[in-house]
Amino acid sequence: MTSSVEVVDSGGGSAVPPPGAEPLASPGPKRGRRSSWVYVARRVRFYLVATWVAITLNFFIPRLMPGDPAGAIIENLRRTQTVSAEQVRAIQRLFGGSDDPLWRQYFGYLNQLAHGDFGISTAFYPTPVSEVIGSGIWWTLGLVGTTTILAFLLGTGLGILAGRRPGRGFDAIAAPLSTFIGALPFFAVAQLLQLFLAGKLGWFPDIHGYDVDNLVPAFDLYFVPSVIHHALLPAFTIIAGSIGGWLLGMRNMMITTISEDYVLLAEAKGLSPRRVMTQYAARNAILPSVTGLAVSLGFVVGGSLLAEVVFAYPGVGYLFYQSVTSVDYQLMQALFLIISLSVLAANFIADSVYGLIDPRAREDV
Amino acid sequence: MNEVLLEVDGLHVGYETEDRPVNAVVDASFTLRRGEILGVAGESGSGKSTLINAITRLQRPPAVTTAGTALFHAQDGSKVDLLRADRDQLAKIRWEEVSIVFQSAMNALNPVLRLGAQFVDALQAHRRLSDADAEARAAELVRMVGIPADRLRAFPHELSGGMRQRATIALALACDPELVVMDEPTTAVDVVMQRQILRQVQRLQRELGFAIVFITHDLSLLIEIADRIAVMYAGRIVELGPARQLYDDPLHPYAAGLRDSFPPLHGPIRVLRGIPGSPPDLRDPPPGCAFHPRCSKRFARCDTELPELLRPVDGRQVACHLHDAAVLGERPVEGEKVG
Repeated sequence: MTSSVEVVDSGGGSAVPPPGAEPLASPGPKRGRRSSWVYVARRVRFYLVATWVAITLNFFIPRLMPGDPAGAIIENLRRTQTVSAEQVRAIQRLFGGSDDPLWRQYFGYLNQLAHGDFGISTAFYPTPVSEVIGSGIWWTLGLVGTTTILAFLLGTGLGILAGRRPGRGFDAIAAPLSTFIGALPFFAVAQLLQLFLAGKLGWFPDIHGYDVDNLVPAFDLYFVPSVIHHALLPAFTIIAGSIGGWLLGMRNMMITTISEDYVLLAEAKGLSPRRVMTQYAARNAILPSVTGLAVSLGFVVGGSLLAEVVFAYPGVGYLFYQSVTSVDYQLMQALFLIISLSVLAANFIADSVYGLIDPRAREDV
Repeated sequence: MNEVLLEVDGLHVGYETEDRPVNAVVDASFTLRRGEILGVAGESGSGKSTLINAITRLQRPPAVTTAGTALFHAQDGSKVDLLRADRDQLAKIRWEEVSIVFQSAMNALNPVLRLGAQFVDALQAHRRLSDADAEARAAELVRMVGIPADRLRAFPHELSGGMRQRATIALALACDPELVVMDEPTTAVDVVMQRQILRQVQRLQRELGFAIVFITHDLSLLIEIADRIAVMYAGRIVELGPARQLYDDPLHPYAAGLRDSFPPLHGPIRVLRGIPGSPPDLRDPPPGCAFHPRCSKRFARCDTELPELLRPVDGRQVACHLHDAAVLGERPVEGEKVG
């Protein structure tokens, strides 16, 4: 009858340290900082391997596919003229075709890459591929990079506002509107904008990255405003096309997060509503969006195919389009490689940043 | 000790749903004195948490408080109706006067902030403290519950479940509140830890003198710490009285059933009996007494007439026709039990 009392008492008595006593030393305060470095080091190792795999696949996949770039060109030529054996060999050489075994070609390819040599573009013959990409990449980084970050900041910020009072106030307009805009076919919207704002009203230039007829690229008072003016419509198209996704994603995470106990507790603690929303709700709700941003930033280098093609913007997306239409395998292959590498790089950055913004991610690697 | 701290009167809380409103808390009234521990017991869905979310003003839509008052007697002598307090009044009362401990300490701490930061922001929201002073106070608080001060630099996921729960209790005491609401603070931890936490709560309560509203489904646990116990069923308080009496001699058949569903922490082993059936659907509560379909002592009146919470007799209140002097002439339906 009294035995249960005793068991309970001794169990409780021995396990509760008296107030003021310092129980066993815990793993130590330095642990937090060191574990973030270990975390980053592990990630670096993973990404080095992933990079090698990406390069290798980028080499082998085209070579394992039936047909080859040189063959396609020769076929094309044969339709209009007779092609001599010499021409065939020249074309094959142009495309890097050789009789070497695959493994030797592979090391040759690695060697080429190490020297930044991507071969010669056939669409822009005889410009080297690296130069072709170099001419487009700054346009793309400027346009798509800026708009991706702007759309993220705007969309996420508005998503926080919408998510804190779901179904009421701002959210009552923002959520359905985002869904509506997100459902619009943006290829058509871009063309409509081009037709009306640029064509009919003449407020914006309709194509190109700057006034190609009258200006020479230079960092001056004529060229820079022209670039900005030309970028406005494509930028608007890209932002309008992607902001809704950020908004809805953040809004939905906010709605889940604000009913978490720690947000309720923060409110109960009497913290200012602003602090509850930022430090407690948004700080946790934003984690998936940060991952999303990293992936989007990785794809920035690939350009915005849609906007760049519609507005004939001289970026990587437009190059992509041209490389496909003119069957420029060297250019295509280099673009694919660059995109896979930049996606990897962006993911690496995201992973590293994620470990810093979410302490839980550091442990379970 | 006999000074009134909180008077809740006629509190109604509903959930607004598409088809019909759900009455989650109906006509709840009780008085809490300074330094008193009031236990609130009941099954899941009985309205315990809804009740305290309403009083602490933490309820989220679709919950809506539709009627009632909750007069809080502040330390300075002023009275504030918590249900109608505006933002400024609430900001003053929160944590300074009323704090809360949640059921799941896993989720009650912000996963991306270090433990210390979650003490410091609460302290600095109410007291003009430098960072160093706030950190010193945080260290003092966690030591009170047996957590070494260096764990303040840890993130919540680096702490054990028991440590997290003790940390949230220490956090609740940061600003010396008059009332600490504890919503099943021991449900998510094992029995050994449960015991430790209860003892710590008791010790801290004795030292610091705050009042507690302690919510749990485990009546035998309440008997360990509560001065008085309120038993809730289907959104209503069906019995309210001194803990010992309520436990030893429950007046309401539901309170008796709830007691017999848990093994006692102390004393002789009893045969456990569950309560047959399951809690009613609050969207469509049974007519009369909500407990009658599960009650072994029901009689005709129970099916049709709702028993009111009677006036206190010897400090005990019950809402059951069995104890209503006006209807005591009628007799229970013999041999009719519902399985």
